[in-house]
Amino acid sequence: MSYEEVIFYFVAAVTVLGALGVVLTRNVVHSALFLILALLAVAGVFILLSAEFLAIVQILIYGGAVTILILFVMMLTRVRDMPQALDGPQRPFAALAAGAFLVLSVLAALSSDWPGETREITVVPFREMGEALFRDWAVPFEVASLVLLVALIGAIVLARGEEGE
Amino acid sequence: MLSDWGHVGFLLLLALVFPVGGIASSWMLGLLKIRPQAPDPIKEDIFECGVETEGTAWVQFNFRYYYYALLFVIFDVEAVFLYPWAVSLDEASVTGFIAVVTFIVILTIGLAYAWRKKALEWL
Amino acid sequence: MAIELEHYLILGALLFSIGLYMALAKRNFVGVLMGIEMMFNAVNLTFIAFSRFPRFADMTDAERLSGHVFVIFVITVAAAEAAVALALAMLVYRNRETIDVDRMDLLKW
Repeated sequence: MSYEEVIFYFVAAVTVLGALGVVLTRNVVHSALFLILALLAVAGVFILLSAEFLAIVQILIYGGAVTILILFVMMLTRVRDMPQALDGPQRPFAALAAGAFLVLSVLAALSSDWPGETREITVVPFREMGEALFRDWAVPFEVASLVLLVALIGAIVLARGEEGE
Repeated sequence: MLSDWGHVGFLLLLALVFPVGGIASSWMLGLLKIRPQAPDPIKEDIFECGVETEGTAWVQFNFRYYYYALLFVIFDVEAVFLYPWAVSLDEASVTGFIAVVTFIVILTIGLAYAWRKKALEWL
Repeated sequence: MAIELEHYLILGALLFSIGLYMALAKRNFVGVLMGIEMMFNAVNLTFIAFSRFPRFADMTDAERLSGHVFVIFVITVAAAEAAVALALAMLVYRNRETIDVDRMDLLKW
């Protein structure tokens, strides 16, 4: 086995085991910690796919910000009333849907005739990324800032509730 | 390219081996009766020094903490967008500059709103 | 055999199914959100895999980059979504003293 394969299988195993940990552990805080593990492993997969910038973004935003937000909300709502991330009555239906999706997509991935590695792929340079973002994607970029603005204002208003002036 | 990340992998390995090795060696020395074991209620405390712990960690904190997490997330995303701009500054030229300034101005409106709504203050 | 596109696709499918199960089965609002985040990640992984192994050999670099740019936007929107969803969770908690999605049933007949 080449070292690329070893790394891929290791990172993939960490991703899947982390994700299973999120689902199977009964304590919500533990499941958030497992989520961090799974998301960091996804950053490792991004590095394997030579998307270094995205790996850094993944660690910054998912490994840092989003999971912190999730842990904060557990802290702010009294999860003691519900520390266990219990499965609801939809469990059999959920298992059926997830299983059906898994079987279908794996079958589709295996039966399709994908081209192999057609040419040497280099790492996407950061500067090229910046150029593409500000030249070809300038409008979505501005819209993204609007989305963030709306999210910020909306979340502040929602979190305030009725209190305040 | 991928091999450059070997250093990062090595660092990760080191970061894993160091704490795990410490715990494992302490445990093994305990098994071999080399490490003395004298339990004491004070030593078993969560913080051996400092204020005595009281109650559980599962209390409800003030929701105002959420504002800080929220602002952190939004401006973390902003920082991510500024990074590729900073790297490609000379190629991005005036168009890129205008795009980024617009971006920052739009998000500053959000900051001003948060300020105005006293989300930055601890009331 | 070398790591091909299929490997990444199957990894993405696994992650997506686990996230789907999580989002559908959990009763905790935050648990549902974590499932959704996992599904986002699976989709991002698939995007990057397709960008790394281009379907068409004559794909230019700019076209390949669009996969990466798309993932950045997905991550941005996911962060915004998480911020609003968690604020909603806190609001519901304050009004109804629960974050159990099965008990948020005001709209039910």
